[in-house]
Amino acid sequence: MAKPIQSIERAAAVLRLLGGAGRPLALAELAAALDLPRPTAHGIVRTLCDEDLAGQDPSTGRYHLGDGLTRLGSAWDRHDLRSRAMNWADALAATTGCAVFLGVPEDRGVGLVHHVFRPDGTPQRLRTNAVQPLHATAWGLCLLAFAPVAARPPQEMERYTRRTVTTAAALADVLAETRRRGWAADAGGYEPDVGRVAVPVRSGGGLTVAALGIGAPLEELFGPGGRVRPDPLAALTSAAGEIAASLEAER
Amino acid sequence: MSGAVAQGERVVAAIDQGTTSTRCLLFTHSGRMVAVAQREHRQHYPRPGLVEHDALEIWRNVRRVVPAALRRAGLEPSNVVALGIANQRETTVVWNRHTGIPLARAITWQDTRTDAIVERLVSDGQTGLYAGISGLGPATYFAGPRLQWLLDHVPGAREGALSGDVVFGTIETWLIWQLTGGPDGGRHVTDVTNASRTMLMDLRTLQWSDELLTALRVPRRMLPEIRSNSEVYGHCTGVLDGVPVAGALGDQQAALVGQTCFAPGEAKCTYGTGGFLLKNTGSRIAGSEDGLIPTVGYLFGDDPVYALEGSIAMTGSLVQWFRDALGMISTAAQIETLAMTVPDNGGCYVVPAFSGLYAPRWHPDARGVIVGLTSYIHRGHLARAVLEATAWQTREVLDAMNRDSGLPVTRLKVDGGMTANHLLMQFVADVLDVPVERPLGSEAVSLGAAYAAGLAVGYWPDPEVLRRNWHRAAAWEPDMDPRLRRSEHENWGRAVDRSFGWARPGS
Ligand SMILES: Nc1ncnc2c1ncn2[C@@H]1O[C@H](COP(=O)(O)OP(=O)(O)O)[C@@H](O)[C@H]1O
Ligand SMILES: [Mg+2]
Repeated sequence: MAKPIQSIERAAAVLRLLGGAGRPLALAELAAALDLPRPTAHGIVRTLCDEDLAGQDPSTGRYHLGDGLTRLGSAWDRHDLRSRAMNWADALAATTGCAVFLGVPEDRGVGLVHHVFRPDGTPQRLRTNAVQPLHATAWGLCLLAFAPVAARPPQEMERYTRRTVTTAAALADVLAETRRRGWAADAGGYEPDVGRVAVPVRSGGGLTVAALGIGAPLEELFGPGGRVRPDPLAALTSAAGEIAASLEAER
Repeated sequence: MSGAVAQGERVVAAIDQGTTSTRCLLFTHSGRMVAVAQREHRQHYPRPGLVEHDALEIWRNVRRVVPAALRRAGLEPSNVVALGIANQRETTVVWNRHTGIPLARAITWQDTRTDAIVERLVSDGQTGLYAGISGLGPATYFAGPRLQWLLDHVPGAREGALSGDVVFGTIETWLIWQLTGGPDGGRHVTDVTNASRTMLMDLRTLQWSDELLTALRVPRRMLPEIRSNSEVYGHCTGVLDGVPVAGALGDQQAALVGQTCFAPGEAKCTYGTGGFLLKNTGSRIAGSEDGLIPTVGYLFGDDPVYALEGSIAMTGSLVQWFRDALGMISTAAQIETLAMTVPDNGGCYVVPAFSGLYAPRWHPDARGVIVGLTSYIHRGHLARAVLEATAWQTREVLDAMNRDSGLPVTRLKVDGGMTANHLLMQFVADVLDVPVERPLGSEAVSLGAAYAAGLAVGYWPDPEVLRRNWHRAAAWEPDMDPRLRRSEHENWGRAVDRSFGWARPGS
């Protein structure tokens, strides 16, 4: 067998690191994580940027995954995603009693690929194929935080409720918090009485391909002081893990 | 797949013995599935038109998937209060009751080797006899002619049947016999839904008909006893030792129960490889005009609930053909992506009469056509036309059902693999002009078997409480301009006309 090529191994490690971090990384962080001298790490990440497999934020100088990655192989077909997710989404609705949504990045919004009704017998309308605002919904915020290449923050942030995030600074704070804790929430940012929580669904290599979310009357998802209740969050995280595993398994 | 389940939780086990695989699923009191294990079995195609299964392989798979499902849920056989079975219907097994060895491979429902037998029954003018007693006009689907074929062609079969050494069963009969001891005291029983697909049972008395047994030359002593769908048939020995086997239904009737269609007029359609629409007709046996089949829906207790069944030969299998034979898509789900690249069918229609047209049209000489091709048509339009064919075929079956007296269908409950396709489900609602609803958890077949078994042992008190376990996961409301619906319906009809009379006799 041919000897592995060290520089390619290192480049792959950089990509995994950028994909797994959930936020842009500084050169120093990359070098430290890979235990490489800074100039070596810089050479690798610059080359990846030239190939469009990595990108650099012009204002902070930090690195993230590049647009070219989404064009590598084909991105997940949204209906394949729904097929893979369907059983887990049903189970999630059954255990949490919440409505379940699966969203993917779309031009200027989050496209709803799948929707399972809240299993309480109330009349509901199927929202599949609706496009909702990134900055105002948990699934949109989730994509902005974890799929920053595919989902870009909007220039204008329309206000839907008193709680909608409408400034770039506030959005940056929310996204930083979202990345830190690993999930996104909107406590009535799109519809005043509806709370939502979402987590990323990652495919192989750590790329976030979709946001899996649950929605329910505000007080059912958020406890006193606006804290998210732990049980539905745990169920959501485990369902996202199962969906990710099924994407991994059968591709 | 498995979900959290409390230690010491009591569950009902269901075996879904299907055409391609055998699965075991475990359900809680609220109807939530907590584990599933699955194994495929081999399809034997000895000659074109023949499709066989190895009944021993299926039995072996049952003994594997049941413990596997328990392991996944972290449960013991002692957690299982009852076992129910749903099975591929009309597949026929004969075996030696002393050894438990089948005399031949099982002949499956897709196998058409009995076409000569069936043709003779029809040309002898016996259609009325069979339809009058069993509700079924002679057709190669049903088990009776298959049993006659086995008795006439397998060495030792008829002598063995006459001497009492060789017995017959459909798959649930075979599995119940094996589960409850096999040669060592196994119970030889069938249920009314499976028996109603043999062409041998009197649909009114729910007993074997001596007249039909004589007509098909089937010795009575080889037949299982006909029982209700929900009662303790016996107890497992070996796998699930001591657990009562307490429910059995044909798969489509199981889905009717799993979807809790317990009132007359309630209907479900299962969209898998083929499509199966069943409507509850209550205590009334519907007429069999238009090729629809009156059948037993279920028997819990003393009074049978009947159903009217319409089947569509090609639904999911047309999508598979589009994927595998035409290579237009790489997964079934991607047909929705492709179809959404265009706003409509562009004037193109696909009539999937691949082996003739069945209910309600009955043109065996029809073959598939694609019409309306122009240079404007591209793959996306074909994808739409493929999906629309499923919806229009459903419309034809539903129209025939509504011509039958009785309550019209005012909403349709759906299940099966194709319900993942939201574009299709919307189109079904649009052309039927009734709301279409999908329940949470798409395992209606297995759930129905579990319900039958759980009812028998008092795990659930009565069918009405099961309705509370049915939760709407999605609903598609009709949203189509009635004029457009009318003109598209007309176009579909004109497309179907063009499929007639294509096959020449003998081809
Ligand atoms: N998203 C989809 N759109 C259209 N057809 C689909 C989709 N997903 C699955 N199918 C079709 O459904 C069938 C599988 O459904 P399933 O209920 O498992 O069938 P069966 O029980 O008959 O094997 C296949 O024929 C497949 O082509
Ligand atoms: Mg099936």
